[in-house]
Amino acid sequence: MNSGVKEPLVHMTKREDMSLVMKMAVRIIAILLSLLVCAIFIYGIVKMNPVQVYEGIIDGAVGTERRMWITIRDAMILLCVAVAVTPAFRMRFWNIGAEGQILLGCIASAALMIYEGESLPLPLLLLLMFVCSFLAGMIWGIIPAVFKAIWNTNETLFTLMLNYVAMQLVTFCIVFWENPKGSNTVGIINAASRAGWLPPLFGLDYGWNLVIVLGLTAFVYIYMKRTKHGYELTVVGESVNTAKYVGINVPKVIIRTVGLSGGIAGIAGFLLVSGSSHTISTSTAGGRGFTAIIVSWLAKFNVWVMAVIAFLLVFMEKGSSQIATQFGLNENASDVIVGIILFFVIGCEFFINYKLEFRGRHQEER
Amino acid sequence: MSVIITFIQKAIVQGICMLFGADGEILTEKSGNLNLGVPGMMYMGGIGGLMAAFFYEKSTDHPNAFAGMVLSFLAAFCLAALGALIYSILTITLRANQNVAGLALTTFGTGLGNFFGGSLSALSGGAGQISVKVIGSAYQAKIPVLSEIPVIGDIFFSYGFLTYFAIIISLAMAFFLKRTRWGLNLNAVGEDPATADAAGINVTLYKYLATVIGGGIAGLGGLYFVMEYTGGTWSNNGFGDRGWLAVALVIFALWNPINAIWGSILFGGLYIIYLYIPGLGRSAQEVFKMLPYLVTIIVLIITSLRKKREHQPPQSLGLAYFREER
Repeated sequence: MNSGVKEPLVHMTKREDMSLVMKMAVRIIAILLSLLVCAIFIYGIVKMNPVQVYEGIIDGAVGTERRMWITIRDAMILLCVAVAVTPAFRMRFWNIGAEGQILLGCIASAALMIYEGESLPLPLLLLLMFVCSFLAGMIWGIIPAVFKAIWNTNETLFTLMLNYVAMQLVTFCIVFWENPKGSNTVGIINAASRAGWLPPLFGLDYGWNLVIVLGLTAFVYIYMKRTKHGYELTVVGESVNTAKYVGINVPKVIIRTVGLSGGIAGIAGFLLVSGSSHTISTSTAGGRGFTAIIVSWLAKFNVWVMAVIAFLLVFMEKGSSQIATQFGLNENASDVIVGIILFFVIGCEFFINYKLEFRGRHQEER
Repeated sequence: MSVIITFIQKAIVQGICMLFGADGEILTEKSGNLNLGVPGMMYMGGIGGLMAAFFYEKSTDHPNAFAGMVLSFLAAFCLAALGALIYSILTITLRANQNVAGLALTTFGTGLGNFFGGSLSALSGGAGQISVKVIGSAYQAKIPVLSEIPVIGDIFFSYGFLTYFAIIISLAMAFFLKRTRWGLNLNAVGEDPATADAAGINVTLYKYLATVIGGGIAGLGGLYFVMEYTGGTWSNNGFGDRGWLAVALVIFALWNPINAIWGSILFGGLYIIYLYIPGLGRSAQEVFKMLPYLVTIIVLIITSLRKKREHQPPQSLGLAYFREER
């Protein structure tokens, strides 16, 4: 080697041979490191003993049966949205409009609860809400998909803008639905009659949420792995030219996949309105559309890994907001905690995909 | 007449926040990085400036307005730049996906802003909302003499210094991107990093600098909101969706900082026009509030239809650059 050329200190090479155990180990180390940083952050602010911090987090997330169920319920909704964005993602369609698609689903559900709550029998009403939420979310997904498919309009920014149009639609509806008048909020819908509320299943308050989300998760798993549609969208994601060459109708696949994505996000809206909050506001989606994208990407399209990540994130979120409340601080602490964890988990993928060779060791090998 | 003058004033006030964000994001995107962390960085800038001002005002009995301004300005820029640095490490060095890293930064930054903004008084042992009156009003100080001229003074000279700074930054950035060697190199990095690399441009360095400085500039939008717009207080989520509008403005401006100046005023106007149209019911107002987003969507569609080369995003936008993989 020419001695005039300086060899870099660190040399990166791509690797594809990492065993599953090693991959998991890297991720677990990253999560542990992030938890350490979170503990330092919490300690720095409230001067609480880090061990107590984690006891507090566990207590806040699953300390009582009620807290545990709320954690499970919210993890399920996050999982539902993550599962929703996955098919579009696999196709390399950056749908960051899940937030808006959720809200459209919320609007459809809430509208049916308010206008048809008294007239329809509960099972029919719920079925109608389910279907209409799906359709509403689907339409909100199809709009940018059509433009992407035909004119290649940038979908990231298009779907992002539609989120805010959806939020304005919600505030538009709130003007008509507000209860009591002048409060500018909808309040609990059908609080007395409970019309349109998902009933308990097997004695569990959130039994239906669990069944619906796990069912959708299994559906998307099979759809992606075992069906022709799933195969086609994967090919489009890998290479549009290959897809065209083998005779796949690319615009059709794009519109169909994103429609499905938006529809499932709409069902998440149904679960939020009918199965948990029983009200609607612009913050009903609460950033889940964005977090779900990160969940889906981190899980590498594996829906079962998504379930684990969704649970971990909601667990930390609930736990840290409990600590914040305990100290009279505001609950946004949980966003900071989730952000820190995400940074570490996103960063650690590098060490799975690449191998570092340091200058010194490199020379010894020769 | 006076209603029109007030409308123009308010439109400019609303627009300047977005102009800072858009300028920062244009610089970032010119290097090929699509940083969706703009809203987060704006929150970080806002809270950074506010905290610096708060602790400074608390530490002395007679706070000097100028020193407080310098401190809070630097704190805002640095904290937002720190956010952009995290994003840069993740996407440039660790080659993570840009959309994912940007969204995580937005979650983190928004949370950080709201957490400290809402908890600062509790943390420092006080009660109620914090406010930094002295420094806040220094940021709001209008240009003396000139602002007293009727009409012209109201429209052009009735703002604090950050407003003029935003316009200067836009003009300087337009000059930098089109007329200087560094700016042209940066364009090359964003269009085709492999070619730029072959030409001897340090791609990594350019990407880091553009993203970090861009983040700092975006953070000034948050500082502007906290200091000049609200006069030195914090309200949780008060910043709203202006961060995303800044991202929209980048598209609207077709990656040109000069367009961003008038675009920001237009966006600001659209943002508040519902207050100035007489006879609008509450529901109709909500429809009018959709306008900035709908206009952005229309611009997106039109630019994708026309496919003019100079109106397209930087070619490598959103893609990480790996020298080994070209």
